[in-house]
Amino acid sequence: MRKCSWNDQSGLFLPEMSLDYTPIKKLKQVQLQRLQATVCLAYQNVPLFRSRLDEKKLKPADIKTLEDIRLIPFSMKKDLRDTYPYGLFAVDMKEVVRLHASSGTTGKPIVVGYTQEDMDVWDQVVKRGLLATGYTSADIVQNFYGYGLFTGGLGIHGGLEALGATVIPVSGGNTERQVMIMKDFEVTAIAGTPSYFLRIIDVADKMGVDLRTLKIKRGLFGAEPWSDGMRDYIEERAGIKAFDIYGLSEIIGPGVGCECEHQNGIHIFEDHFYPEIIDPETLEPLPDGEEGELVISTLSKQAMPILRYRTRDITAIESTACPCGRTIRRIRKIGRRSDDMFIIRGVNVFPSQIETALLRAEKSLPHYQIVLDRKNHLDTAEVKVEVSREMLSDNMSDMDALSKRFSHSIEQILGVSVLVTLCEPGSLPRSEGKAKRVIDKRTQGGSL
Amino acid sequence: MKIPQISIFVSNRPGRLHAVCQSLADADINLLSLTLADNGEFGLIRIIVSHPEKAVEILSKAGIVATVTEVLACEVSALKGGLAKLLNTPAGTLQIDYMYAYPTCNDKDIAVMILRFREPDEAIMLLQKAGVKILGRKDLLEE
Repeated sequence: MRKCSWNDQSGLFLPEMSLDYTPIKKLKQVQLQRLQATVCLAYQNVPLFRSRLDEKKLKPADIKTLEDIRLIPFSMKKDLRDTYPYGLFAVDMKEVVRLHASSGTTGKPIVVGYTQEDMDVWDQVVKRGLLATGYTSADIVQNFYGYGLFTGGLGIHGGLEALGATVIPVSGGNTERQVMIMKDFEVTAIAGTPSYFLRIIDVADKMGVDLRTLKIKRGLFGAEPWSDGMRDYIEERAGIKAFDIYGLSEIIGPGVGCECEHQNGIHIFEDHFYPEIIDPETLEPLPDGEEGELVISTLSKQAMPILRYRTRDITAIESTACPCGRTIRRIRKIGRRSDDMFIIRGVNVFPSQIETALLRAEKSLPHYQIVLDRKNHLDTAEVKVEVSREMLSDNMSDMDALSKRFSHSIEQILGVSVLVTLCEPGSLPRSEGKAKRVIDKRTQGGSL
Repeated sequence: MKIPQISIFVSNRPGRLHAVCQSLADADINLLSLTLADNGEFGLIRIIVSHPEKAVEILSKAGIVATVTEVLACEVSALKGGLAKLLNTPAGTLQIDYMYAYPTCNDKDIAVMILRFREPDEAIMLLQKAGVKILGRKDLLEE
């Protein structure tokens, strides 16, 4: 395969830190150069991108300015599903050193790959986020993001190692042990999903451990939307500063952007990830400051370059100066998404995945509804399933087994546990024949 | 010999039992027995009625899920040890999913038990061999 590297041009590859403060003119020059290389790489090695560009009679050489990115068609999560598992890879598998996967709608996950160069970039962007939020090599960091196929755990881990901090790769779960480690290991900083940290706060309380008296100074939180209200609560209850790190597996994982010490928006590492905001209805680009859907193009990814990826996250780009002096632009904290996807305990879930799971368990699709809530600061998902005549057994233990079969199947596909409640046919609301599949009580009332 | 029993799925919410009973009453169907098993979240109403076929049709029209199960109605002595005696027969060693007493208003010291055997046919054979009287649909209406 032909190699189109984003950093072939000597002199353009700048050390990881300086790019945060690069004068805008120079930053744009780097972005254009890398965009051109990325389009070339994608066009030459990824059939999907080649055919999309060919349809538009577009050649990589037609990308002459950054604005020309608007000529390139969008890509979406569906493209990853349609090309499962390796269809979007632009390099030979021998170049790929790491795979990650996140849940997909058909029960098949979405697979992403990294070359060693990609891994280095990933480590560096996470490191830049850590530096922006005050982490140092002297920190002892408890990383309770899940380790495994999920990009959260290992993504943050790599950045922490690059920084030279002491990493405690504790992963998620076993909350009492988390509290014990925080205390005994003299942890000074943490990273994980905000909802799980709320759980840790509660358990610490029950154990009689006041987190405010521990040495923890700061925390990096991400993988799910969280409000400023939740930030206030975390900072108050744990006596720490809480920062938002943004990312998505399709682009690289955590580290697409990160807040700085001023907590006034997420700086996008736009020398590697080019952000745009579009109107999700008309798909027209919107100017900085206007709210719309975030679209990201990778500028340096080798294994899996992505052009104009629609993230479904609704935000706005802030190009006003940040007191920290970083020239890279910020996006507002993500509040909502433009599609029906929801995130439960850091895992992306589509209602159609629940459908797949129910079908797999019972071979017929019952009417169902998903109720999301937050209990004891932890996301809960209840799947209400209407019982059909075919499913009905006169035996109570069979009915209990049916319910278990559903929850097991859902857990297998999503990787998170849900509560399944069997209910009577017709008892779930429908409007105009269309089901309201997801009821999110987490966003109704209260900031937590 | 086997009795059709209707099992109905209901959510554990106020008014659901009434909805079931009312739709049967409106169709002139008489309830001969009713028991309810529940797990807190939902319940299974098990009924024996005067017109089982019609009942299933009525319930299904009302959007209520129901299924028909075959159970056995056995006579036992209403005196001390009556049920123990029945269970002491070889049929008592078979898997019984559930059982309950059928309401009777006779003065013959005879009680009727409804039993759901996992293997009803084998149960019938063993019960009959042991001399247990198994009632039919017609017998139940007369009890």
